[in-house]
Amino acid sequence: MAIEVRIPTILRTYTGGEKAVDGTGATLTALIDDLEANHPGIKERLVETKNDKLELRRFVNIYVNDEDVRFIGSLEATLNDGDQVVVLPAVAGG
Amino acid sequence: MLTIDQATYDAIVAHARRDHPVEACGVVAGPEGSDRPERLVEMVNAAGSPTFYEFDSTELLALYRRMWDADEEPVVVYHSHTATEAYPSVTDIGLAGEPAAHYVLVSTREHGNNDGPVEFRSYSIIDGVVTEEEVAVVPELPPIDAPSDSS
Repeated sequence: MAIEVRIPTILRTYTGGEKAVDGTGATLTALIDDLEANHPGIKERLVETKNDKLELRRFVNIYVNDEDVRFIGSLEATLNDGDQVVVLPAVAGG
Repeated sequence: MLTIDQATYDAIVAHARRDHPVEACGVVAGPEGSDRPERLVEMVNAAGSPTFYEFDSTELLALYRRMWDADEEPVVVYHSHTATEAYPSVTDIGLAGEPAAHYVLVSTREHGNNDGPVEFRSYSIIDGVVTEEEVAVVPELPPIDAPSDSS
């Protein structure tokens, strides 16, 4: 089962410069663990532990088939073979 | 150095003035690797705040999809400061996610919605390091295949 994950410029240091990598997982959490296994260090840039709970970082957006995962269960969002996942850092500031 | 055409410069300034006292934000896209800011995209500040800006997440994806389809990248990422100088805030530096982009800051603190000079400054922000760069405003960007001014 392969899920294509689009990697933003700023995280391509973890993927050897690749713009997109394949991963597997039935949920977003599982996919991120799979990415971490192949691209160590990337997980820490996507999630953080808050109150003993793993959460998507506030200024990281992840989309599954163009849907913002915050609207479909966040890290518990379910994934299927052939899904397309996009990671984009928020464009934000003060 | 950021080289930007007068019309795009003026449009960014006009956007900042129009949205004052809320921070205005947007990008100028250009062909990947070209360093040419060609296509201005004004974005909505989803935070609607005088001290913070954030692109709406759905619009952010649409923006990037369109750039990917056109082999473009964000050459300029701009936003305004409405009460402080045109220098990146700690938050701006911490959240800067496009190491290849020119981060443009416009300050409307002097004249708000009205005409008058504005600060328009550009920076690279890479791994938390801010470097100010010169801004060259030109009547038009030079033709891609003719870098000299032979015209």
